[in-house]
Amino acid sequence: MNCFCEEESIAIQQCRRGSAKAFETIVRRYMKQAYFIALGLVGNHEDALDLSQEAFFRAYSKINQLNPKRKFFPWFYQILKNLCFSHLRKRSGRHQHNLEEVDEVQVSTCAGSRFDPHSVAERNEVEERVWKAIGQLNEKHREMIVLRHFQNLSYEEIAQILFCTRGTVMSRLYNARKKLKELLD
Amino acid sequence: MTCPNYVDMMMAYLDDELDSEQKKVFEEHLASCPICSGELEEFKRLNRITDEVKLVEPEERIWKMYWSGVYNRIERGIGWILFSVAAILLLIYGGFRAIEAIIKDPAVDMILKVALLTLIAGLAILLVSVLRERIYFWKKDRYKDVRR
Repeated sequence: MNCFCEEESIAIQQCRRGSAKAFETIVRRYMKQAYFIALGLVGNHEDALDLSQEAFFRAYSKINQLNPKRKFFPWFYQILKNLCFSHLRKRSGRHQHNLEEVDEVQVSTCAGSRFDPHSVAERNEVEERVWKAIGQLNEKHREMIVLRHFQNLSYEEIAQILFCTRGTVMSRLYNARKKLKELLD
Repeated sequence: MTCPNYVDMMMAYLDDELDSEQKKVFEEHLASCPICSGELEEFKRLNRITDEVKLVEPEERIWKMYWSGVYNRIERGIGWILFSVAAILLLIYGGFRAIEAIIKDPAVDMILKVALLTLIAGLAILLVSVLRERIYFWKKDRYKDVRR
């Protein structure tokens, strides 16, 4: 773990000096995690790919703002999350941004950018129901469900990337699960 | 409704995030509280349902091409910066030359020259004012270092 952190810290220092090659190692390390988080938040493959790549590009452009003593991923996660949520807000305009609504709005206009449970999860009636319910959660709740249930992050890891305490993680998770349960019932 | 003191514990119990001592305390509470044990069962059911959801792994070629997608953006970003700087410099140079030509041209009416100079002076004042305001608020912003 220390070796891993040290390696990352060296790569970040090289990025700060303008090395795109060093950034490549960071991207390769986190690309899958970034993609799957974006997929959970925005709900379709094309947008998840585009937004996760855009987040890496923005991270590279702002790499000087990253405190060298801090880990890359929690900082990067803020960029990724903000991009995904602002994408959802743009997609759903002034309406409440639940993914199901986006689905209805976008289905006739742009099939590629809509929330598409089939492209996200393997086809199955239960899964579709779950995914639809996740789409109806608000940003904070959806984030918790994605991080815990689909990324399998520990409370410690979630607290690190959300810059909050373990207690906050537990109470947010309780509220998120309660809401999801209501939507599924 | 779960007992408020056990809300956090219930989540940690569900996700196996409690140490043995805490687990024991929570299990003792569960034995005496049908509401909490009922809700715990519901959360377990929810977990079983969400465990069924498997995210689709994209094709291998997506991962192979992933870095080039990021690199292209970095390259394009540098391209845009250079293009913008050059365009601004050219515009300033061209504008300066055009204004110089108009001012020096005896055929152009004096009123047009005065209007042009006044327009430039107005723009300069506006620009300085906006910049000064931005710098003032940036310096006074107590939350500028707060992570948003």
